Amino acid sequence: MDLQTTIYLVVGLSFALYIGIAIWARAGSTSEFYVAGGGVGPRINGMATAADWMSAASFISMAGLISNMGYGGGLFLMGWTGGYVLLALLLAPYLRKFGKFTVPQFIGDRFYSQTASTVAVVCLLVASLTYIIGQMTGVGVAFSRFLGVSSETGIYVGMAIVFTYAVFGGMKGITYTQVAQYVVLIFAYTIPAIFISMHLTGNPIPQLGLGSNMTGTDISLLQKLDQVVVELGFGQYTTTTAGSTLNMFVYTMSLMIGTAGLPHVIMRFFTVPSVAAARSSAGWALVFIAILYTTAPAVAGMAKYNLIATVNTAVATNGDLYAPESSLEVAKQPDWMNRWEKTGLLKFEDKNGDGRIQYYNDKSKNPEAVAKAEAAGWKGNELTVNADIIVLANPEIALLPNWVIALVAAGGLAAALSTAAGLLLAISSAISHDLVKGVFKPNISEKGELMAGKIAMTVSIVVAGYLGLNPPGFAAGTVALAFGIAASSLFPAIMMGIFSKKMNKEGAIAGMLSGLFITLFYVFAHKGIFFIKGTEYLDLIGGANPFFGITPEAFGAIGALVNFGVAFLVDRFTKEPPEHIQHLVESVRTPRGSKAVDGRHA
Amino acid sequence: MDKSGEAYWKATLGLLTKILVVWFLVSFGAGILFADMLNGIHLGGYPLGFWFAHQGSMYIFVALIFFYAKKMGEIDRKFDVHEE
Repeated sequence: MDLQTTIYLVVGLSFALYIGIAIWARAGSTSEFYVAGGGVGPRINGMATAADWMSAASFISMAGLISNMGYGGGLFLMGWTGGYVLLALLLAPYLRKFGKFTVPQFIGDRFYSQTASTVAVVCLLVASLTYIIGQMTGVGVAFSRFLGVSSETGIYVGMAIVFTYAVFGGMKGITYTQVAQYVVLIFAYTIPAIFISMHLTGNPIPQLGLGSNMTGTDISLLQKLDQVVVELGFGQYTTTTAGSTLNMFVYTMSLMIGTAGLPHVIMRFFTVPSVAAARSSAGWALVFIAILYTTAPAVAGMAKYNLIATVNTAVATNGDLYAPESSLEVAKQPDWMNRWEKTGLLKFEDKNGDGRIQYYNDKSKNPEAVAKAEAAGWKGNELTVNADIIVLANPEIALLPNWVIALVAAGGLAAALSTAAGLLLAISSAISHDLVKGVFKPNISEKGELMAGKIAMTVSIVVAGYLGLNPPGFAAGTVALAFGIAASSLFPAIMMGIFSKKMNKEGAIAGMLSGLFITLFYVFAHKGIFFIKGTEYLDLIGGANPFFGITPEAFGAIGALVNFGVAFLVDRFTKEPPEHIQHLVESVRTPRGSKAVDGRHA
Repeated sequence: MDKSGEAYWKATLGLLTKILVVWFLVSFGAGILFADMLNGIHLGGYPLGFWFAHQGSMYIFVALIFFYAKKMGEIDRKFDVHEE
């Protein structure tokens, strides 16, 4: 069977599975629609959370980013997993005990304020909508690369699939499809990694392979990689940090707090039957996430080695990297390079006209590498590789069979679709439950609310699809924004609501708004007001990264600090919360008396 | 809050503090601040600081959450506030 047919078959089978689950798991009540009836076991919920969490970015882009950044890329690994420790310890069990459908409802009830709830709804909508754009474009990318259809067609098909199980099944349909999607994506990710690890080190477990010796030598893979990249003028793989140690520290913290504050992740913990289950479920979620996240750095390091060894034949033979015959002849480049050149993700330009590909760091500060490149007559780096290729072309680079390539296609789609569905549910429940029922029509019947939820979901899918088809030109920056907002507004508000009995509504609202404002101010200064090109105002704040060299992506933790600071300051000068709210906090802190999640507004 | 409620919350905060100290030490400590120093030590082919940033901290995070779930269950029962 040829490659294209195999891909259609595997992707088609995976879609049939998702639709089959959708028919089986239709939602008949608001409880099923918002929280899957509240009876999902901790392991199943953990698996669904893992699929919910791991997006197109985790699946397609992360290993490539790490591959480029080396050691500094660890900030994504630690940041996106360490957040689950915060979620498990500080938020999930208490929100489960509180026992309502949505995150804004907790903030509204705890801070006895419609305003607080509305601010939370706005934060949630902005964070989730910006996040979903990336997922929809991811669906389009996966379709166009693998199925040979246009990116638009891909997005329409993706919308139709999500529609069938998200609108009819709500959280119930989403949960069980996410479990299936997790299984697809984890096999798609690990199988190529196992093959490659076997090939390079003889160890089938990638996590161990990265720390092993190269096959047939007594030099370790990382040592060899360090040696080769340094000789070619790049920073040493195992020590190059992200910007500065301080920036890496703050960036990691921002991702951790942001992860814990993302509403589509938090609300998965409303589906488990008890407080104890919420605690252990966070652990299971992280187990399932860590299977991919500990494989990613192995994929990153090994793919980097494979790529350089393909282009520079002296790498494998320990020869002179700068000898003329070491660089790969263009005529001899492997098929996968030709294929990916067509997509534009891989670019080659013969700058010195020798018919060979030179891949090195032409902006190196390493005088030895600069001198060698000059002596060899190299006129600049000739190969540009998009980070996404590292995962997408991995099976081809390692010459794996067609079904593995097809599986990677299905895996990329599963990752994007499962995250999109989770985000859509967060958006639609905020609209139907927190706005329609909470603000505009408190007396709406359950049937009416369920209908409102389904309509909100449909509208959200159309909006998300539209944004995916017409990405506002800032798609790459938006995920950073979503994390910034979750970290600077939602996480501190929820945490103070649980851990400070005396925190009042004035403090919480002032904190959320100032955290949000300062973060947006810093991000917009670098990327333009609402990401409109030309509206950057870096001069106003004194150049790029003026705050101790911290990049805008890393700023969420600073926003969170501002949130906490302002909240406690305002709290001191305003009157303390009413007695019954303090009792509410006490009851949230103890597991006894937990009951099924419901939607009644206090 | 009554006496036992206060003691329960104190025990909870004590456990959270202990776990968060370890959480901080393995990621921000070993993975970032002291990574250079630890890189002098090797774990197989891994420099140790690099290993904490790319592997070790994640394994420890998983262990921390299950440890937390187990210990919290014990505290719940000790103060008789567990779910029926």
